[in-house]
Amino acid sequence: MIDPEQIRDRILGALPGAAVEVRDMTGTADHYEVRVVAKAFEGCSAVERHRMVYSAVQDVIGGALHALSMKTLAPGE
Amino acid sequence: MARQVMEEIKKEVGENSVLIYMKGTREMPQCGFSAAAIEVLSSYGVPFKDVNVLVDQEKWAAVKVFSQWPTIPQVYIGGKFVGGCDILREMHAKGEIAPLIQSAMPDKR
Repeated sequence: MIDPEQIRDRILGALPGAAVEVRDMTGTADHYEVRVVAKAFEGCSAVERHRMVYSAVQDVIGGALHALSMKTLAPGE
Repeated sequence: MARQVMEEIKKEVGENSVLIYMKGTREMPQCGFSAAAIEVLSSYGVPFKDVNVLVDQEKWAAVKVFSQWPTIPQVYIGGKFVGGCDILREMHAKGEIAPLIQSAMPDKR
């Protein structure tokens, strides 16, 4: 289990200035959904964007964080 | 001889036009994300191969490294990594999967 704040902090650490919304999908604090709007995503494919978010949580994904569903947008998308 | 699991994955990716690494099987997915991905792939009515990582821990670990992707499911079309469940669903909604599948099918080349 992991707090939503810890997920948001990790993503903000990797993508400074991003707008990050975190939602617990199941109420069990291990399946989260995030919506990330970041300038860093401009010009990047969906796979690249997801990899950027995954790398921000790489220490917990597969462990405390079982699943992370994500929507990744550049500003204006 | 030690198992060459990375080579096995490379072979699977090369030999199957549509391939999914998933938790469970297409008949009985063991995870909601895998189930959702199967639903999308099944909607195209083309043959695809499903590989159940739950029964192969070594391949489960290896495919994460191979794809540089930490979660399951993982979908490959035409030998190219497409993404996980979210990306597959997004691309499906935008109509971007059908052309990929079309160009990946051997009889349509």
